[in-house]
Parts: sequence; structure tokens; C-alpha cells
Amino acid sequence: MRTKRDHQSGVRNLWRLRRYLRPYRLQFAGLVLAALGGTAVGIAVPLVIRRVVDGPIAHRDPHGLIALGALALLLGVTEAALTFIRRWSQSSQALGMEATIRQDLYAHLQRLPVAFHDRWQSGQLLARATADLSVIRRFLSFGLLFLFVNLTTYAVVVALLIRLHWPLGLLVAGSAVPLVVVSRRFTRTYLRTSRRMQDEQGDLATQVEETARGLRTVKSFGRQAFMSRQFGAGADRLRNTAVDKGRQLAGTSAQFDLVPNLTLAAVLVLGAVEVAAGRLTIGELVAFVTLQLMLIWPIESLGWIIGNAQEAMTASDRIHEVLDAPPSIVDKPDARAAGPVAGEVRFDDVWFSYPGSATPVLRGICLTVRPGETLALVGTTGCGKTTLVSLVPRLYDVTAGRITLDGHDVRDLRLDSLREVVGVAFEEPTLFSMSVRENLALGRTDATDDEIHEALALAQADFVDDLPWGLDTRVGEQGLSLSGGQRQRLALARAILSRPRVLVLDDPLSALDVHTEALVEKALAGVLADTTALLVVHRPSTIALADRVALLADGEIVATGTHSELLATVPAYRAVLSEAAEIADAA
Amino acid sequence: MTVHAWRGRATELDADRTAAEAADPAAVARLRVRSRALLASLVRPHRRALAATVALLLLQSVAGMAGPFLVMLAIDKGIPPLRAGDPTVLIEVGLAFVAAASVEYAGKRGFLRLSARIGQDVLRDLRQRVYDHFQRLSIGFHERYTSGRMVARLTSDMDSISELVDGGIDDLVLAGLSVVSVAGVLLYLDAPLALVTLLTFPFLLWLSRWFALASAVAYRRTREAVALVIVHFVESLGGIRAVHAFRREPRNQQIFDALNDDYRRANLRAFRLIAVYSPSIKLIGNLAIAGVLTYGGWQVLHGKTAIGVLAAFLLYLRRFFEPMQELSQFYNALQSATAALEKLAGVLDERPAVPEPARPTPLPAAGGGRAITFQDVTFGYRDGPPVLADFTIEIPAGQIVALVGATGAGKSTVAKLVARFYDPVAGTVRLDGVDLRAVPDTELRRAVVMVTQENHLFAGTVADNLRFGRPEATDADLMAAAAAIGAHDFIAALPEGYGTDVHRRGGRLSAGQRQLVAFARAFLADPGVLILDEATSSLDVPTERLVQRALRTILHRRTALVIAHRLSTVEIADRVLVIDDGRVVEDGPPSRLITGGGRYATLHTQWRDSLL
Repeated sequence: MRTKRDHQSGVRNLWRLRRYLRPYRLQFAGLVLAALGGTAVGIAVPLVIRRVVDGPIAHRDPHGLIALGALALLLGVTEAALTFIRRWSQSSQALGMEATIRQDLYAHLQRLPVAFHDRWQSGQLLARATADLSVIRRFLSFGLLFLFVNLTTYAVVVALLIRLHWPLGLLVAGSAVPLVVVSRRFTRTYLRTSRRMQDEQGDLATQVEETARGLRTVKSFGRQAFMSRQFGAGADRLRNTAVDKGRQLAGTSAQFDLVPNLTLAAVLVLGAVEVAAGRLTIGELVAFVTLQLMLIWPIESLGWIIGNAQEAMTASDRIHEVLDAPPSIVDKPDARAAGPVAGEVRFDDVWFSYPGSATPVLRGICLTVRPGETLALVGTTGCGKTTLVSLVPRLYDVTAGRITLDGHDVRDLRLDSLREVVGVAFEEPTLFSMSVRENLALGRTDATDDEIHEALALAQADFVDDLPWGLDTRVGEQGLSLSGGQRQRLALARAILSRPRVLVLDDPLSALDVHTEALVEKALAGVLADTTALLVVHRPSTIALADRVALLADGEIVATGTHSELLATVPAYRAVLSEAAEIADAA
Repeated sequence: MTVHAWRGRATELDADRTAAEAADPAAVARLRVRSRALLASLVRPHRRALAATVALLLLQSVAGMAGPFLVMLAIDKGIPPLRAGDPTVLIEVGLAFVAAASVEYAGKRGFLRLSARIGQDVLRDLRQRVYDHFQRLSIGFHERYTSGRMVARLTSDMDSISELVDGGIDDLVLAGLSVVSVAGVLLYLDAPLALVTLLTFPFLLWLSRWFALASAVAYRRTREAVALVIVHFVESLGGIRAVHAFRREPRNQQIFDALNDDYRRANLRAFRLIAVYSPSIKLIGNLAIAGVLTYGGWQVLHGKTAIGVLAAFLLYLRRFFEPMQELSQFYNALQSATAALEKLAGVLDERPAVPEPARPTPLPAAGGGRAITFQDVTFGYRDGPPVLADFTIEIPAGQIVALVGATGAGKSTVAKLVARFYDPVAGTVRLDGVDLRAVPDTELRRAVVMVTQENHLFAGTVADNLRFGRPEATDADLMAAAAAIGAHDFIAALPEGYGTDVHRRGGRLSAGQRQLVAFARAFLADPGVLILDEATSSLDVPTERLVQRALRTILHRRTALVIAHRLSTVEIADRVLVIDDGRVVEDGPPSRLITGGGRYATLHTQWRDSLL
């Protein structure tokens, strides 16, 4: 039963792709005509040859010969021209559809929330955007077209055969029955195998990506052999599935070949009997067999087309799994722009748990950051600080409670305007393999060089001037060719560049040396003076930037106050933050 | 390749390619030769199976050719006796027809199965080779090549080779067979007419040559264009937090659309070439038919050729040119796969910059750490200025050495050279007196482990990740190591403890937790030399303090290189090296340097001031 449902969903999801075919519908109709025309001309050429032999040559008529020769020439040129037209427009149509689907897929993936990407392996996403899409492209161009053309050819030829001799014609028509049986049995298993193969391709892509990203770790533990075995196991699975798929296809294509051949044998024997009985002439039998021979290729290739259609169905299923994932963090219909804001951020009984996890990470957080105030969040590793600050720009949405900006629930604001107001720098800075300028101007594509240099100066990232091409230098993937401290300073510059009203800094100075950190802090102090800021802080040194501190423990705010208040009154705070005390002890 | 301003300029002009893929014609030709050699080496183990597939194909085509002959037999020899009431011949012919169809069926099925197996085995072999080679290539190579491009090579390029494997090889052989045999028959039937037909050959060859050259360029471009699409796709979705936080979506979409469109256009170029090539072949065939028809008819009219011969000739002519279509299809798939294979051959051709020693020298047995020697070491990244110049230090076994200095002074470079991520440009780095270039990789990795601030965790359980450095470790070992680092409590508190899946890149854990796991992983690997490069930077103060306290135990009987901006970690060092601009400017125990009034003393004062 499951297979039936799979099949239905496959057909439905494939049918849903018709919207991509729509802009090309006239072109597609033209393609079908060109293909049918080409087939018809292909059939006509042998007829002309027969006319030549039976006519001018038999009757010694040179003029007729030249006329028919010219006709053959014309047909030959027409056939080539029709093929050319079909292929030429087919390529632009198929590639156009493929590119549009890929574009939509990417757009949708970008809209899907961080929580979706936490869950999905990017190798699987990539396989959908590449391998699965080319399967669909092949079906929408060649498969679908020839499914149509071949079935039409089949119907026309069978009609001609029935006209020639209806009992034998019906016999040929009846040969469709075993074909239908074969193809039904084939689709049942092939659908599953094709899906499995696509999934395994995605798994393998995921494995490759994991290795690529973790290569330093692999190398530093000398675990290449282990990774290689793991990859080998994945490659083996894929190979076995592909061989299995090949076996199924081999069996079915051979059967699709066998059926018309056996039909031909039957027609030949029965036809001979009919000729012997005088109900059919030899010429008619020859014509009948010749016509029937024309069916072999369309039927044979039908096996391949059905396989292609199955693959396109599972590929389309896989693509729709992504396209159907609802972007949960989106603008409400009546969302409003944040407008100029004072910058008051308020957490109102905020609860949060990650999707699929029962344990809440944040429990009833109530906290207000006044406009222009800098609040430091302090707490031990894993207590929920990063999660808490991720909620402000809506990288995740609260599970319960609400976060307001100037009294408006952030979920009522337009996402782009919210994220324009809130600037973020993460501890682990993500840099893309693009120019420094492009990396910095993520938030503000209209930033001028002066503004960029100002932000760089504030973040103590003047090292950019020493890069070979300054702002135009491509920083390696994830900025790997820069040091950790350099990358953090670029990320900081990026956050400052967008001049946000609310700045969220998640331990952005952890990789800096003390001297540089002091310089950055001095510069930051100026920026923070009139900006609302939430700082995640591990170091006492950074606390100096904060007007107020909130201590987070186990998902709850346990104390708020100024640094010196908390230091004096809250022992837990002292334990978390007082490095100096420890050093004094040690000394 | 279209220049996209957003990509910025790279240190090397051809950063997108491997060294073997330079654009000059000589390099292209060389690469062709290499990719052919690669193909041959992939196919060689399957020689016998390939011979079997050819046999099956022959069987299939012979059985297929029997059809028309049997039709003739049935009509000429079957019907007359049947009219006389004797069905024997017809029944025999019918049975022969069924037998031929069955043989064809078996041949086809056998061929398809066997060729699918060979094709998939070849692909699997190729995948593994490329994957293993990527792992052998140095960190330096990967920094330049990027992970997205590695993914592209191992997915999209493989797909395009797989398309060739999936379809068409039988077409190629059958079509080839039929072209050759029909050509023979034509020559036998009527040599002058056959020569008229053969006049088309120069055109066919010229056309194919044009197609080969043009499509090689076109398909090479598609391979490069798709790699850029994949790189952007993988990177931007991998960094989706930054994308969302900075409203990067529209700009990303703009970039992606441009790359996607480049790829579409590259493909379109290739597809249009075949859209011209294939009908042109057909056109030449049809012109030849029309020509033979007229000329042959003329000959018949003048009694120079028998009419039956002309009829047969024309029928065969059609069967001569039709397979050419299939050949052109196959040729197209071949060109696409060849472009992909060239890319892979380019990767396989890349020599590892940090190679395994040809004559390995085993390390002596470790006893309480290992001695590290830098002798006149000069090193710079790629073609950049030297980071270290004539750098010489001697670290005895078991010493804990702190490397101190400003960002960019060269501390991490020293660490990476000890871990042999790179080889020095000049001079030597030795471990227990053995040049690192002579140490077998497995031994080196057992001896030296590095913990940095960017520790990669793999998708899988906490336990899997901990065991990464020592697969044979027991559960008790895991817990002991985690406990020593102070990571046990948080791991135990996870929903499934050590069996909790940390998700892609350890995303389920906080940065600090990831660092703790990475630390425990390194400790569990039990190396003689442990390098800690800002290994506690993401930890909160109490946890860092715990780790620091544990360090004395952890580093016992090990050599350690510690890089930390927070000097609290440095206090436990036996020796401090202050590095500035790639040189050691101060060297001594921390207690002495603090009082010396030098750089370390200054740094130490700055740091203490930063603590409130």
C-alpha cells in the first residue's frame, strides 16, 4: 500500500512542477509538433524510396526520377531542420526550467529558519539542487516529450495496422497488455530503489562536506583511513543500490524489447496462415511487418522513459520536501516597519526550547534593556546566553512569552526592518569566500569605503590595509587564511558598519590578545554610548563596557545589577566572573 | 569565466583550478593524456567482464539481425508449402523467431546488468580515489581550493560521469558494429555507389572534429560554472545565521541567480552545440540518400546497376546513417564526462605539498613527552612574506612552553609546523631528533595533537567524537578523559548523555561545550606532544579555571605548546617564549620574565589590569 501512496505523491509532486513548464507551453507544443513531424518525415523517406523503385525506375522515367529525388532531398532537409528546431528550443526550455526551479529552491532555503538548517544536512540540500534537478530536467524535456510522441506513434501505427488487417492489428494492440503488466511491476520496485539511490547520493554528499569542513581535525588526529572507510561504506551502499537499479532497468528494458519481438513472431506465423488462406496478400503482409517494425523503437524506449519518469517523481518528492517546509519565521500579514526606534528591548516571560527537544533552554526570562543601555549577560558555558541573544533578531522564535522592541512584539515587525535595527556579531565569525568588502557590507550593500574604513578602525581591523588588494582581497573560505582574532575583528566591524540601534555581541572578543582587546573596547565604548547593547561576556575585562549585568544560570535570570553590586552581593556571580580573585589565590 | 567583483581578488590567479589545469594549450593536452590514463587504469581491472559484455552484445545483435531474414524465409519458404497444407516450415520459422527473440532478450538483459555493474564499480573506485587523494592533499591546498569545490568535484562531476555509464555504451558498440558491417555490405553490393556514400566521410569527420573541440571547451566551462554554484550554495546555507542576521538574502539571491544563470548559459552553449551537430549528421545522411537515390536510379535507367541492388543499397544506407545519430549522442555524453574526468584527473595529479615520507624513519619510543627542535626554519603562507625567518628553538621532552605575543606574530604558525600542517620553506622541524618530513603520518598523528579555537565536531554522538582520536577507547576511558577536563557533568546532563547526537558541526552544543569536548578528545588521544592554541578561549571563567587546574595533570609527562592570550594559562608553563614578528625576543621561565621589565612583563601587567 505504501508503494501506491508513494506513487501517488510522486505523481502529484511531479504534476505540481507544471508551473515551471507553463511559461514554455507554446514552445512545448511546438516541440511536440516538431518531434511528430520529424517522425512522420522519417517514415515518409522509405515510402519515397519505394515509389522510386516501383515508379520511375520500373517505368524508365528520368523526369520522375529527378522529381522524386528532389522530394527525397526536400524531406531529408526537412527532417534535419525539424530535429534542429526541436533540439535547439528544447535545450533553452529545459535549462530555463531547471535554472528557475533551482533559483526558487535557493530562495526558499534562504527563507527557512535557522532551526531548519540545524536539522538538515547541507549535502542533502545540495543533492536536491543539483542531481535531483537534472533528473527532473531530463524528464521535463526528453522524457515527457517522447512519452507523448511515442504513445502517439504507437496509437497511429496500431490504427494503421487495424485498418490493414483488423484481427492481426488487434493482436498487436493486445501486446500492450503484457507491457502494462511489466511496467506496473517495474514501477513498484523501481520507485523505491530510485528514492533510495537519491537519498544515498545526498548522504554521500553530506559525508564529503563533513570531511571537507573537518579536514584539519581529521588530519590532526591522523584519521584519514577511518574517514576513507566511512566514505567507502557510503560509496558501497550507493554502488549496490545503483547496481540494483541497473538490474531492474535491465530486466524491464529487455522485456520491453521481447514483447514486440514475440508479437512480430506471432504476426508472422498467423499472417502466413492468412496469406495461405487467401485472406491477405504477400504485399500486405510485408507492409504490415514493416509498419510493425516501426513500433519497436518507441516501445523499447518506453521502458527507459518510464524509468526516467519514476526517478523524476522521487526527485520531485525530495524537492518538495524542502519547498513544502514552511518558513516559520516570516512577516505577519500586517507586519509593520520598525521605523526609528529608541531601542528598548524587553524580554517578557520568555521560554524557549529547541525543536524536537522537551527540555526548555530558557525559562521565564524577564529582562529589560533600556534605550542606550549596555547590558552584559554572564553565565557558565551552556547556560543559554547565545540562545537568548539569538531570539532578538528572530533567528529563532520564542516558544512562549514575547520579546518587544520599543513595546512592539518583534514578531509584529517586518523581519528586514527588525534585522536592520538589530546588529549581531557571533563568537564564531562566519566569513564567506568573497572580498573583504562584500563580507563587511553584508548588512549594508550601500556602505561607502569611508564608512567601511571607519568600522574597520573601530574594530582595530586595520590589517585589512596590509592585505594584497585591501578591501578587494578575497578572504579564504570561512576566512581560514586569517587568524581567529582577525576574523573576529572583521565580524565586529560588520556588526558596527550597519549602525544598528540595538547591538548584540556574543563574546566577540574571545580570540583577541589583551592589547588588541583593550583597544577594541576603548573604541567600542564610543559606539555603545548611544546604542542599546546586549553583550555575552566571559571576561571581566569586557564587563567594563556594560552599564548593568544580568547573571544567567540554567536558563533563568538569577540576578541583575551593576558589576560591583553583584560582585559584592552575589557569590555565584563572583564565582563566574572573578578571575582576579583566582589569580590572587594562585599567586 | 565571468569575473564577479564580489568574489574579490585571490592571491593566485587560478585559485579555482588545480595546478594541472592551467589554461595554456600544452597543459590542456597534458591533462587530456592524464585523464585518458586515469580512465584506462579504472577500466583495466574489468577487462574480462568487458570482454563478456562485448560477447553479450554481439549475441544480442546477431539475434536481432536474424529477424528480417526469418521474415524473408517465412514468406518465400513457409507460405508455398502451407498453401499445400504443410505447416512444418512455417512452424519451424516461428519457433526460430521465438528463439531469436529469447536470445536477444537474454543477451540484452545480461549485457545491461553486467555493464551496470562494471560502470558502478568504476565509479565507486573513482570516488574513493578522489576522496582519498583529497585527504592526502595539504591544508594549504584546501585553503585555496575550498570545501565547496571539493564537494562539487565529488558530487556533480561524478554525476556527469555516471550519466555516461548509465546510458549509451551499448548504443556505442551496437552503432559502431552496424556502421562497420553495413559499410562492408555496401562495398560488396556496388562499389561505385558505396564510394559516393563514402564521399560524406570527410564532412562527417570535419563536423565531429569541430564538435569535439567546441564541446570540450563548453563542457569544461560547465564544470567550472557548476562548481561556483555549489560553492556559493554550500557556503551561504552553511552560514545561514549570518545570512539572516545581516539580511543578506537579497544579495545572496542576486549572486546565486547570476551564478545559476552562468551555469545555465554554459550548459546552453554545450546543448546548442549538440543541437547543431546531431541534425547536421542527419542532414549529411539524408543528402547522401537523396544523392544515391538519384544517381543510382540514373545508373539503373542506363542499365549499369541492377534494380534489386539499388533497393537493397538504399535500405542499408538508412541503417548506415541512423546509428550515426546514436553515436553523436554518445559522443556528447562522452565529452561531458571527459570534461568532468579532466577535473578529477587535475585533482589526482596535484602532488601533496606535505607528502608521506618515501623512506620513513620511525620515532623512538616516547617516554614522557617528545623533544621539539626548530632549526633555521623559514616559512611563509603561499607566496606571502615569510612569517618565520631563521627560526631556531629547542624544546626538551616534557617541557610546557607558552608562546606569547601579539596577534599575527607567528605563534599559531609555529604550532602548525609542529603538527606538520605545512612544511617549512627552509630549515627543519624535528621531533625527538627525527625530521618531521621523515616521520610516517600515522606515527606523527599519534605523537602530536592540536586543540584550537575552531574545533570541528562531526555529526554523531558525543562518544563518537571523543573517540575520534582513539577509536579503541572504552566507555570508562571516555568518561575519565571527560571528567579530567571537567566536561563530564555537562555531557552527563545531555538528554542521552554520551550517546547524544551533537548534530551537524556540533551545532547542538554551545561554543564552550564544543571546546571542552575537543579538549577531552585530544586528551583521550594521549599524544606525546599536545598543542593548545587558544584552546580555552570560549570557556567561561570557572570552567577555564577547572581546565587550567586540570592542565597540570593533563600535561604531565607530555611536551606542551600553549598559546593563550589569557596569561592565567601561561602561569603553569615551565618556559615562556615571547614571539614578535617571527622571532623569539624573550625566552625564560615566567617567574623570571615577569620581573625582567621586558615585553612579557608588560603583557602581564596589561593582562592583570584587564582583570579589573
